Amino acid sequence: MTPPSPKCPLQLNDQGRLRHFLSLDGLPRSMLTEILDTADSFLEVGARAVKKVPLLRGMTVCNVFFENSTRTRTTFELAAKRLSADVITLNVSTSSTSKGETLTDTLRNLEAMAADMFVVRHAESGAAHFIAEHVSPNVAIINGGDGRHAHPTQGMLDMLTIRRHKGDFEQLKVAIVGDILHSRVARSNMIALKTLGCPDIRVIAPKTLLPVGLEQYGVNVYTDVNEGLKGVDVIIMLRLQRERMQGGLLPSEGEFYRLYGLSEQRLALAHPDAIVLHPGPINRGVEIDSTVADCARSMILNQVTYGIAIRMAVLSMTMSGQNEQRQLDAEKQESR
Amino acid sequence: MSLPNPAVLITAMARELQAHLHTQHIDNPRFVGIHTGGVWVANALLKELDCQEPLGILNVSFYRDDFSRSGLHPQVRPSELPFDIEDQHLVLIDDVLMSGRTIRAALNELFDYGRPASVTLVCLLDLNARELPIRPDIVGATLSLEQNQRVKLTGPEPLAIQLQTLDHL
Repeated sequence: MTPPSPKCPLQLNDQGRLRHFLSLDGLPRSMLTEILDTADSFLEVGARAVKKVPLLRGMTVCNVFFENSTRTRTTFELAAKRLSADVITLNVSTSSTSKGETLTDTLRNLEAMAADMFVVRHAESGAAHFIAEHVSPNVAIINGGDGRHAHPTQGMLDMLTIRRHKGDFEQLKVAIVGDILHSRVARSNMIALKTLGCPDIRVIAPKTLLPVGLEQYGVNVYTDVNEGLKGVDVIIMLRLQRERMQGGLLPSEGEFYRLYGLSEQRLALAHPDAIVLHPGPINRGVEIDSTVADCARSMILNQVTYGIAIRMAVLSMTMSGQNEQRQLDAEKQESR
Repeated sequence: MSLPNPAVLITAMARELQAHLHTQHIDNPRFVGIHTGGVWVANALLKELDCQEPLGILNVSFYRDDFSRSGLHPQVRPSELPFDIEDQHLVLIDDVLMSGRTIRAALNELFDYGRPASVTLVCLLDLNARELPIRPDIVGATLSLEQNQRVKLTGPEPLAIQLQTLDHL
């Protein structure tokens, strides 16, 4: 499976509105801002007595997770339920594909269940894109993380966290620290920050965990964490993805913590009001110290709450874009 | 068609609303405006009533019945009710009442916040085109428009009513 072409308009309908949500690459700033604004409105719904709006009533959202996940899967489920959709979750990693079924066959079977949207997580880069290309029209595909490629809802929930706690992106210094090489979160974050006008995006990692071609993201690369963290407003820590490492990239976890782990001393190098983000699950004592993970400046639990609102925004916006496209197609048919 | 002046209508509506609340024995109502025109009208009414009560703001985008046709409005803003509505008497305020569907959506949304004791509906204009059994308690003016005509409230300062003609109808 090849990773998708970055600027492909597949995820937009004829009016330029979202119909799938596959990657942040190529999406204009106005659309990212619209997602954040819509999510802000949904955050308010989460604070009510009845945490539910009837927007997607009668629609079916199917979570298809070819790879394990707890946070993303449950927050997508909650998001769909708060929009009044019906939700089914399939852990395909433990079902048919392990019995030899191809991705296309799995997909056809899921289509036959008449779902309106699929949230897909897959270990292969480009899987969500592949499905969006082959699924029947009017079914929305949301990327819940594909290989090393993208995790666009995580990227947007990080942006919502930053906007709500730090304000204007154009004034911020943001550091992304850790296992950049294996991180789809890092990629989505770099693209989102650049699109939203962040002037100083710093990527901090040992050379062995830095991918090639980082220049295209317009970031400043540091291998010295103490240098990179100086004066930053936001620190995004990444999980060390032990399950994706094939040996030799790191001497040991202890060594990684000593050189790159976020301790209180290192946090003190950042701006005094700097906030700390982490996509979870956190490895305490590997990439982040417990005292930092639990301190008042840690946004880790806020991120989970904001994640539900972002996912509600993306689910409703893509469904809205699909509805619009369906009407445009019907009008085209009529005028023929 | 001559269009009414909102300022004149609001003076009369404030008087009527006071009388209505008095008749209904409602002493301490909570005011809620529907985003955006309803909020403008509500603020003007509160000023006219010399009332300092905080105004609740409802954005009914998530409750509309035309999502499958019109989709989500791109500039949706959060609803904001700075008070508990449980057992409270509410005054719900909108600018233009046409089909009644916005009010239906607003009532549904309100009930997700709690169970109000009563809801009094106030509209600046009634276009006499209701599709649902929803009737305002206080109305500024009733207009009967041609099928291809719509009215739009501009504001907030000053409030003005504009007549629009739709081409594609």
